[in-house]
Amino acid sequence: MKPWNNKAWLLVLPTLVLVAFSAVIPLMTVVNYSVQDTFGGNRFFWAGTEWYEQILNSDRFWAALWRSLLFSGIILAIEIPLGVFIALHMPRKGVWLSVCLVLMALPLLIPWNVVGTIWQVFGRVDIGLLGRAMAELGVNYNYVNNVGDAWVTLVVMDVWHWTSLVALLAYAGLVSIPDAYYQAAEIDGASRWAVFRHIQLPKMKRVLLIAVLLRFMDSFMIYTEPFVVTGGGPGNATTFLSIDLVKMALGQFDLGPAAAMSIIYFLIILLLSWVFYAVMTRHDQE
Amino acid sequence: MDFSWMAWTTPTAIFFCVIALLLLSMALWERVSPGGSPRRGILGLETTRGDRLFLSLLGAAFIHLAWLGLVGPNLWQALGVSAIYAFFVFRFV
Repeated sequence: MKPWNNKAWLLVLPTLVLVAFSAVIPLMTVVNYSVQDTFGGNRFFWAGTEWYEQILNSDRFWAALWRSLLFSGIILAIEIPLGVFIALHMPRKGVWLSVCLVLMALPLLIPWNVVGTIWQVFGRVDIGLLGRAMAELGVNYNYVNNVGDAWVTLVVMDVWHWTSLVALLAYAGLVSIPDAYYQAAEIDGASRWAVFRHIQLPKMKRVLLIAVLLRFMDSFMIYTEPFVVTGGGPGNATTFLSIDLVKMALGQFDLGPAAAMSIIYFLIILLLSWVFYAVMTRHDQE
Repeated sequence: MDFSWMAWTTPTAIFFCVIALLLLSMALWERVSPGGSPRRGILGLETTRGDRLFLSLLGAAFIHLAWLGLVGPNLWQALGVSAIYAFFVFRFV
């Protein structure tokens, strides 16, 4: 009979405990809140599916959802190709490689609220370098009261903050390709595009999947940077789902509707992440 | 230990018990028939039993939400549709 080694259970136990306390128990609590109403004092009143119906029929929720989806779409459309482009043009060895890696890693080391503050000041028309420069150039730029300017500022800020993550991941994928592939392509007289299309892109697929998933989830859940830069404005133009959720939960203390919105938000992230995963791994399996 | 801060209710407790029982059944099924029975279904993806359960539960959640948003608060019919959907997922995906 095959002996069972139960040591593996002990090894995964710390992770299970961590996940239970950081994810499972809070999620269960949110589910419990989503079907009840509370006015504080740990007293709850059964509300059933009322909050879900309220959220699903709320224009405010759908508007915030579309804004979040649009923001994530723009971010992925810019950061993934740009990151791959940068990775393709990074030096493969020497001192410039180290310089590149350090420069790439710098934005990733800055805390999110600091990034928001940097861009909030940078874009200000009265004292910010960007805002003043735009004014000097005759461009009517003001992210405080112009919707387009607010969106451009947030997108550029996110691209500045996170493209290097995509570039570093793509670079890791590129350096793992053995030289033999390039030599074979050279013998076959493959063009630069053919090398990219048939060697580099397929070999980067795994890391790009991680990059797409990370960037999608992060951009879809973005809170701190837009909150610091625009506060969700002008009006509600940059009020993404996360900002709307915090307004509802902490600003209005509507914990039941906020919990129902959290569950719907979580399910959308889960579904879209699975779709990305399925689409990107389908080709590998064929 | 006081768990009142988690605001438990009987329906949500039953819901989580059902999820836990489903996971336990899957573990037992795996014990009886190891390997997860991977196969390629109509999506063209290789899925295991766990994947199919995940798709069934995720789909059921969206069926219930769609029902609430489009039809009304009586979710028993949505549960029926979810069960049919889960059957198709386990049979064809």
